[in-house]
Amino acid sequence: MMSNDHILNPETMPQSPEKATLEGKNKFLGLWFFLGGETVLFASLFGTYLSLKNSTAGGPTSEELFGLELVFIMTIMLLTSSLTSVYAMYHMKNNDFKKMQLWLGITGLLGIGFLAMEIYEFAHYITEYGFTFRSSAFGSAFYTLVGFHGGHVTFGILWLITLMIRNAKRGLNLYNAPKFNTFSLYWHFIDVVWVFVFTVVYLMGKVG
Amino acid sequence: MSIAATQKQGFGAVIWDYLTTVDHKKIAHLYTFGGGFFFILGGIEALIIRIQLIKPENDFVSAGFYNEVITMHGTTMIFLAAMPLLLGLMNAAVPLQIGARDVAFPFLNSLGFWLFMFGGILLNCSWFLGGAPDAGWTSYAPLSTTSPGHGVDFYVMGLQIAGAGTLIGGINFLVTIINMRAPGMTYMRMPLFTWATFVTSILILFAFPALTIGLFLLMFDRMFDSAFFDVTLGGNTIIWQHLFWIFGHPEVYILILPVFGLFSDIFSTFSKKRLFGYTAMVFATMLIAFLGFMVWAHHMFTVGLGPVANTIFSIATMAIAVPTGIKIFNWLATMWGGSITINSAMLWSLGFIPSFTVGGMTGVMVATVAADYQYHDTYFVIAHFHYVIVGGTVFGIFAGFHYWWPKMFGRILNETMGKIAFWTFFIGFHLTFFIQHFLGLMGMPRRYWVFLEDQNLDLGNFISTIGAFFMAIGVIVFFINAIYSQVKGEKAPADPWDGRTLEWSIPSPPPYYNFKQLPLTRGLDPLWVEKTEGNGKMTPAEPLGEIHMPNNSFIPFVMSLGLFIAGFGFIYQTDNNAWFIALFGGMAIALGAMIVRSVKDDLGYHISKEELEREADE
Amino acid sequence: MENTNTNKITEYQKQRNKEEMKKQLISFALMIVVTLIAFTIVATGVMEKMFAIPVLLILALIQVAFQYYYFMHMKDKGHEMPSIMIYGGAWAAILTIAGLAVITWW
Repeated sequence: MMSNDHILNPETMPQSPEKATLEGKNKFLGLWFFLGGETVLFASLFGTYLSLKNSTAGGPTSEELFGLELVFIMTIMLLTSSLTSVYAMYHMKNNDFKKMQLWLGITGLLGIGFLAMEIYEFAHYITEYGFTFRSSAFGSAFYTLVGFHGGHVTFGILWLITLMIRNAKRGLNLYNAPKFNTFSLYWHFIDVVWVFVFTVVYLMGKVG
Repeated sequence: MSIAATQKQGFGAVIWDYLTTVDHKKIAHLYTFGGGFFFILGGIEALIIRIQLIKPENDFVSAGFYNEVITMHGTTMIFLAAMPLLLGLMNAAVPLQIGARDVAFPFLNSLGFWLFMFGGILLNCSWFLGGAPDAGWTSYAPLSTTSPGHGVDFYVMGLQIAGAGTLIGGINFLVTIINMRAPGMTYMRMPLFTWATFVTSILILFAFPALTIGLFLLMFDRMFDSAFFDVTLGGNTIIWQHLFWIFGHPEVYILILPVFGLFSDIFSTFSKKRLFGYTAMVFATMLIAFLGFMVWAHHMFTVGLGPVANTIFSIATMAIAVPTGIKIFNWLATMWGGSITINSAMLWSLGFIPSFTVGGMTGVMVATVAADYQYHDTYFVIAHFHYVIVGGTVFGIFAGFHYWWPKMFGRILNETMGKIAFWTFFIGFHLTFFIQHFLGLMGMPRRYWVFLEDQNLDLGNFISTIGAFFMAIGVIVFFINAIYSQVKGEKAPADPWDGRTLEWSIPSPPPYYNFKQLPLTRGLDPLWVEKTEGNGKMTPAEPLGEIHMPNNSFIPFVMSLGLFIAGFGFIYQTDNNAWFIALFGGMAIALGAMIVRSVKDDLGYHISKEELEREADE
Repeated sequence: MENTNTNKITEYQKQRNKEEMKKQLISFALMIVVTLIAFTIVATGVMEKMFAIPVLLILALIQVAFQYYYFMHMKDKGHEMPSIMIYGGAWAAILTIAGLAVITWW
């Protein structure tokens, strides 16, 4: 039986602090299962998008709208943020809290950059092409799918900021290590979804 | 915090305790009360439907109100009565059956309940705010997108909030069953009800997200003018049907699998025999769940998906009869040669077998594509799904409550009243629904608020309505029984049924920490193993030591309340922008509660060894 | 209160973490390469549509496999249940997408 004091101020850090307590193991499994459910959530959105992507109601088509440059930069940013969160977990396992915070900070900044570019992209479509959420079924499906992903990124950034601020002064322990780990798993999943977004929406949309 | 202390609490303290509890046994009570309340509501709606149809061209209710009543009857019974009552039984039994002190996420367990409760209340607020949803429980677009007023908006927001709660509950049970089993409790030693809960939770995990998205699309179309189902802008209404049934078909297995599990436990307990074909039962459960995901389009045969698609879905549907048949035969074989006790729990279980088999048989009939063009949208379908949902799920819920009531509330339900309730309900059920098969075959369409005279429908509908009143009497007797047992009932011993599984090895009701020492499981039906070897009680797997317990929390209530307020904001912002205050305010409350939860350490507390020893002496 | 137990991690563990990190870097490099190939195929238009779409999807699957197995450690021990649920979710996802993309007509 682990005392509360040991969980908050462990004398030694185990190799996998995120799974050292029962609560940690539970969080780990719970988040994975949540991601399993999220897979179906996004599948429903992708399916809807695929069945409506040609329903432009006379508006611009995906080939006319999408540009590859911005999407490429966004992809690289999110991919890199996935790597930086791997670095953060690497430092967590080495029990190097400061470096972990640093890499998490970079992850968050890349996420914010990604989000800013997405907002720019949406604004561009609306002002340049008059292509909105309401203009056609294609518009609704596009903004909903990509927007749901963007919403997940936003939530992830808020989560990350809360975690970083809350634990800035007290360092790593067996209570917060599972929290950092679940965040990083969630963040990787956002990247997984983005891989399908850029493939199915942008690349396949550009091919026709 | 001992049991004696809890009993002396004042009324206010009890209420506060239930508002903040994270104890799975109390959450089971909450689910039971909440689900029971909505079950009565849904039952009243059912009676209104049947009274309206007692004679040709009746004018008991108006056509518009009739639409609201049928919609709310279906929605309430499925989402707000059957599922919560099942979740209540799961909460009551599963942690005890695997020898755990609580669920994996006690906080989320509480959050799941409050989300369900506030979602249900939000949905039912519609009655007082300009009319309930009236597009059917399936809410097909474009009927649902063009339905005037706010009825369907309440449907969307209520189900969205309640559905999130169910998803949380599903993940919680999965992790609980994987991580919290007591020493020796391997997967293949778990009681069938635990197995069924596990498989059901997987179904919840993969089915509910499709509903979430479907509801979002409907919400965007209704509240924010998007064009998913607007054909003039290229929308496609079939998307709703797909999403709804990708969720909806697994949903019926979510309703039936848990009761398959609890019937298995009941049959083996009251036959004094090990369950026949345990392994086959486990794999049949998994197979039903697996196939259950590939059959959703059998609800859409008449949409015109084409002969190839229809055939595939038809064959997959019929395949489900195979694992279900395995289960029926295994239950019969369990009873074969057993020393059978017939009490109320057993009566409901015995009544289930023929009733559910009829429903299964008509299921194969409606799965036949060519014939389904005749059955579709007639009373034949109504008869079919009431035979499986009432004859299966509702019978199972009653059986489960008779079986676990002593463990949940410390009292044994009265047998005489239990038998009266069963026989009136059983007779009423068959009177109500058996005749509906023939009404359907004669061409009576579902959802019509009147039928004409002299079309050979008069007598059948009259009998059906009389049957509904018998069912109502049965339910009322059960509720009287529940209250009576609390006041005057027999105090339950730890093991009233000469049980086989771990929940019967601890007092009724169990102490708040469940097991003083975690039990050591040495085989399937662990308590029975100890009984046959002459020990009579479980061997502890650990020395007496400190027990870690989670803290109570008010945050789940606040979070759900926030979403409830935000729900009103979403619904009414289309009328007046001032409602954005409710929308953002409610969201801020929910998000704020989340941040508080995240920032505040909640490590729980420990019950000391000394305190446990003191309680043993009392 | 700051933890001061940074040095309590053994050298052996550090070495192992380092080797693990090397694998992560390699998988990142491969993911970038896969992304570049995918974008190049579309930007240059070297492929027919009928050929390009399956290739793009396969490239996406490869990249996602790296993400799951290396970045999210699904290859490690103790990930049996997560794998089951991810594959279960993927199966339900395929059925959903097939239903919506293939048999939603009008």
